[in-house]
Amino acid sequence: MATDLAPPPAQAAPKPGRGPARVPVRAALLRYRWLYLMLLPGLVYFAVFKYLPMYGLTIAFQDFVPFLGYSGSEWVGFKHFEDLFTGPDFGRLLSNTLILALLTIVFVFPAPIIVALLLNELRINVLKRSIQSLIYIPHFLSWTIVASLTYLLFAVDFGVVANFIQGVLGGPPTDYVAQAEWFRPIIVMQTLWKATGWGTIIYLAALAGVDPNLYEAARMDGAGRARQFWHITLPAIRPTIVVMAILTSGNLLDASFEQIWLMTNSLNRSVADVFDTYVYYVGITQGAFSYSTAVGLFKGLAGVVLIFGSNWLAKRLGQRGLF
Amino acid sequence: MSVNHYKSFGSRVFDALNIALLIGLALITVLPLLYVLAASFATESEIATRPFFLWPEKFVTDTYAYIFGTGTFVRALVTTICVTAVGTLVQVMLTFTMAYPLAKRYLPGRALVLNLVIFTLVFSGGMIPTYLVVRDLGMLDSYWALILPLAINPFYLIIVKSFFQELPQALEEAARIDGCSETGVFFKIVLPLSKPIIATFSLFYAVGIWNDYMSPLLYIDDSSKWTLQVLVRQLTSADAENALAQLDSVFFPAEGLKFAVIVIATLPILFFYPFLQKYFAKGVLIGSVKE
Repeated sequence: MATDLAPPPAQAAPKPGRGPARVPVRAALLRYRWLYLMLLPGLVYFAVFKYLPMYGLTIAFQDFVPFLGYSGSEWVGFKHFEDLFTGPDFGRLLSNTLILALLTIVFVFPAPIIVALLLNELRINVLKRSIQSLIYIPHFLSWTIVASLTYLLFAVDFGVVANFIQGVLGGPPTDYVAQAEWFRPIIVMQTLWKATGWGTIIYLAALAGVDPNLYEAARMDGAGRARQFWHITLPAIRPTIVVMAILTSGNLLDASFEQIWLMTNSLNRSVADVFDTYVYYVGITQGAFSYSTAVGLFKGLAGVVLIFGSNWLAKRLGQRGLF
Repeated sequence: MSVNHYKSFGSRVFDALNIALLIGLALITVLPLLYVLAASFATESEIATRPFFLWPEKFVTDTYAYIFGTGTFVRALVTTICVTAVGTLVQVMLTFTMAYPLAKRYLPGRALVLNLVIFTLVFSGGMIPTYLVVRDLGMLDSYWALILPLAINPFYLIIVKSFFQELPQALEEAARIDGCSETGVFFKIVLPLSKPIIATFSLFYAVGIWNDYMSPLLYIDDSSKWTLQVLVRQLTSADAENALAQLDSVFFPAEGLKFAVIVIATLPILFFYPFLQKYFAKGVLIGSVKE
C-alpha cells in the first residue's frame, strides 16, 4: 500500500476553529479517497431515502399520476392546499392535533421532570437504581404491544383497569377503548406509561452534574431542603428543560402515528384523526398521493416554524436555545 | 456522604411519601407486564373470571403449544428475527462507516454533509413521498423495505460521530506513521476501541426494527410476510375476530393467545434489556447535535 498517499497526520490539519484548509477538489479527493469512499454509502442513503422524498414533495403542487412521473404530471399550484384548508376535514384535524399537543405540554412534558426531581431526592441508592431500571422498560416496548396491553386491560368483561374504573371509580360498564370521550385520556395515559421513565434520564444526568459543594455551602448558610431544591436543584436543570421544550415543540404536531393509528377505530375517529393518520388514510388507502403529500408538507412546515419559533422565544427569554 | 447532618420532621415525611410514590410508579410500570405473563399461562376461564393475578391457579401451556404449532406464528417469528438480524447489521455498518469520515475535522466538505444530515432532523419529505420512493425502487412487499428506508438514524449518526471525535487522535496518528492505511486505522484501531458503542447502537437499532409497525403497515401487503408486530396487532385489535378466523385451526385459546403473543413479542427485548441498560444512559447522553 502506498503509504505516502495516506492522509497526512496532524500538520496538514488546520488549526482548530479555522475550518478546513483550502485544497483543490481533485487533490482532496485523491488524498482523502478512503475517507470519501467510506462516506459514499451513507451519502447514497441520505440522497435516496431523505432528499429524494423532499424532491418528491413537488407532487403536492401537481395532480400526480404515477404513470406520468414527477416531471410529466400536471402542475396545479396550491389547489391541494386550498382543498385542505377549505375542506370539511381541516378543522377537525387541526383541533384534534392541537388538543393532543396541548395535553402533551400539560401532562407529558412535565412528568419526567417531576419524577427525575423525586428520584434525585431519593438517597437510598439501591432503591433508586432499581426503580430507574423498572421505569425505563416501557420505552423499549413497541406501540403495538402498548396498544394491545391497553385493549386487554380495558376489555369490558375481564380488563383490570375497566373493572377498576367501574368498581372503584363508579364508571359506566362500557368498552372504554371504543368510546370517543375516552380516546384522549387513554392516549395520555399510554404516553405517560411508556415515556416518563425514559424521559428522566436526561434530567437525572443534569442533576448528577451539580457540584455537591453547592449543597454543602447552602447548608452551612442554613438553607433547608426546600430552599436547596429551589435555589440549586431547579436552576441546575433549567437549561435542559429549555432544550427539551424546544425539541418537544418541534414534534408537537407529530402526534405519534403508530400510537394513534393503533388506537383509532370507527367509533372514535371523530377525535382520533390527526394529520399523520389522515395522510396515511387518504394517501395510502385511498391513493390520493398529491393531496396527502400537501397535507404532510403543511404539517412538516408547521413543525419547522414551531421549532424555530420556540428556539427564538427561548433566546428572547434569556435562555441559551438550541441553535 | 454527609447529607443527613440533621433531618427535620417535614423532611422525613417527605422522604417517606417520596419512596412510596416512586415505588408506586415502578409497580404501575411492571404489574401490567407481569399480569400479561401470568395470564398467558392461565386457562381461558381463569382469565375471564379473575380480574388480576400474578400467578395462575392452574398452570397451562396450551397457548404456547398452539402458537408454536401454527404456521402463521412461526413464520412471523422467523421473519422478524431474520429482518432484525440483517437490518441491524446493515444499519450499524452504514452508520459507523459514515460517522468515521464525518469525525475528521480536516476533511473538506465535511461541514456540508453534516448540515445536510442535521437538516433531515428538522424537515423530511414525509410519509407519502418516501412511500413513493420505496415503491419506485420496487421494494413493496420486500423485506428490504423494512430495513433500507431506516438504514441510518441521523441522531445515532451524530452521536457516533461525536464519539469518534473524542477518541485519542495520537493513537491513529501513530498507526499511520507506522504505515497503516486509513482503512487499516479504521478497522484495526478505531473499531476495536468502539466495541461498547457498537454494542449500544446494535441494540438500539435491533429494538427499533423489532418494534417497527409503521414500515410493515406501509410496505408489506402480503400476509405471508407479516412480522410479529403486525400479527400482535391483528390478534388484539378491534377486528381481531376476523384475523382469528383466518388462522389454520378451529380450536384455539382465544384470550390466552393474545397474552401469549404479547409475551413472545416482548421477551427478546426484556432478555437483552440488562445488557442494554449497561450502556444506554451513556449512549443517550454523549454528543449532541450542537457542534
